[in-house]
Amino acid sequence: MSTTIFKKPNGLTDRKLHYCPGCGHGIVHRLIAECIDELGETNNTVILAPVGCAVFIPNYFVYDSIHCAHGRAPATATGVKRTHPDKTVITYQGDGDLASIGMAEIVHAAARGEKFTTIFINNGIYGMTGGQMAPTTLPGMKATTAQSGRDVHVNGNPIRIAELLSSLDGPAYIERVAVDSPAHVVKTKAAIKKALQYQKEGLGFSLVEVVSSCPTNWGMSAVKAMEFVKDNMIPYYPLGVYKDIKEGK
Amino acid sequence: MAKVLMKGNEATGKAAILAGCKFFAGYPITPQNEVPEYLSRELPLAGGTFVQAESEVAAINMLYGAGSAGARCMTSSSSPGIALKQEGIGYCVFGEVPCVINSVSRGGPALGTIQPSQQDYNQATRGGANGDYHIPVLAPASIQEAVDAIKEAFEIADFYRTPVMVLQDGLIGQMMEPVDFDKPVKKREIPPKSEWALGYGKGNPHIIEGIVIDAPACEQKNLRFFKEKYEVMEANEVRYEEYMMDDAEYAFVAYGSSSRICKTAIKTLRDKGIKIGLIRPKTLWPFPQVPFQNKNIKLFIDVEMNMGQMVPDVALACNDKNKVKFFGRCGGMIPSPEEVVAAAEKIIGGAE
Repeated sequence: MSTTIFKKPNGLTDRKLHYCPGCGHGIVHRLIAECIDELGETNNTVILAPVGCAVFIPNYFVYDSIHCAHGRAPATATGVKRTHPDKTVITYQGDGDLASIGMAEIVHAAARGEKFTTIFINNGIYGMTGGQMAPTTLPGMKATTAQSGRDVHVNGNPIRIAELLSSLDGPAYIERVAVDSPAHVVKTKAAIKKALQYQKEGLGFSLVEVVSSCPTNWGMSAVKAMEFVKDNMIPYYPLGVYKDIKEGK
Repeated sequence: MAKVLMKGNEATGKAAILAGCKFFAGYPITPQNEVPEYLSRELPLAGGTFVQAESEVAAINMLYGAGSAGARCMTSSSSPGIALKQEGIGYCVFGEVPCVINSVSRGGPALGTIQPSQQDYNQATRGGANGDYHIPVLAPASIQEAVDAIKEAFEIADFYRTPVMVLQDGLIGQMMEPVDFDKPVKKREIPPKSEWALGYGKGNPHIIEGIVIDAPACEQKNLRFFKEKYEVMEANEVRYEEYMMDDAEYAFVAYGSSSRICKTAIKTLRDKGIKIGLIRPKTLWPFPQVPFQNKNIKLFIDVEMNMGQMVPDVALACNDKNKVKFFGRCGGMIPSPEEVVAAAEKIIGGAE
């Protein structure tokens, strides 16, 4: 008799992901679906798609979903969650979406303590539009709009979202994780699950910042891109728990 | 019920609650501040949610979420604020999300002035979002009509799954008039929101679409809207009033506050023997066509608190641009009945 030891989570559809080889989105999609399955929320979840590579999220999850305007998912999620306080509501946003055009919406949703969860993918680049500089692009890192590398005197400095939002009183839980290694993927799953649990308990806003890779727009192989996350991204964006009201943090 | 004396903006808020509004998001801007102020106090008592949004942009996107989730929802703003909401209105159109946008217009462009204006006719009827689309625009001329329009706007929004705009101006928002809140509104057969709204999918996902990447499919969606929504609205949702038009040889064309000034001017002009009436569009989109087929009318005199934004619609409707004349004030200035009388006499005198 055969035993199933590994399967696709119930929350994912059968659609093939359109993401590039080595991209972190697929990993994080799967982790969200696993967590939602384990929390018994598969038929009780609404996920809000950003503008960016993850705009096609409605193709990949069985949850109710909505394509949001660029950066506005936290405002739209406010409307959804206030209407359905019993649903698990997730915004999934990249760095251009959340930390540039949508900065006002994420800051205020967090400050209001809106009871939804944001999964924030930080890969330091605009992916879908082809590699332009993001607010999270590292100093010296090349982008199609910073072709000699980000010069902080010209282009300004990157923004650390987990630190910035953790200064507010509204968030219940904020952690920065990464998907560059199996150990970090396991920690990422634990963080996502905790964020969703805090939402279920109605404790406030929760956000998991996932430091991820973009091999295509970074101009690297998948393996090299993950090494870049470890050697360059994580030192600038330190991993850890930035806010946890249960721990008095 | 007996009529009550109420300020326009507060009456608008109360009408929304009576219509079953369960979610309001807005941002402070003059001259509509009494709408969010009233609703911040009263909507929670009626089991609804009030959110003071961080921006106009956030407020309309909150409606995009609340409307998608099946709540009757409204936002309210004024001219520069409505300008900021345009992108979100486009998303509500494409995602077929019912919502009501109350617009209490003031002089512009930019911050312009806080005085009443009708300079947002094009903003309301043409819209500023990208793409091909129309939304119904109701134009009340009194507080009673504003209350009725808000209630009907929710019905229209749900029936067609569309944003609906109620275009008022600072005059209607700020003045007080007696109003009957019990006037019935036409109830429509609205499909249960559980059939499409977020939070009801239960594994058979409900998706609110903002993108259709495949161009032929995107075109089909646009064409469906034109056939199933806009053409039906043009057939069924046009509202207008004809005032003293039975024997009229001339017609003012005016909506909202300027139509009331025209009614006063008509009395004076009729006393002088000029047979003039008023065609008053109560919907600015879809724009009335039938009253402009009146062949007895020698001239249509468009009177607006702007520089003639409705003129092209009147010219298209009567199919003779030479018959369309214009008088207006703009930038927050309100024409007096005497000015309108003088302008009409000059226009009519020049025609004879």
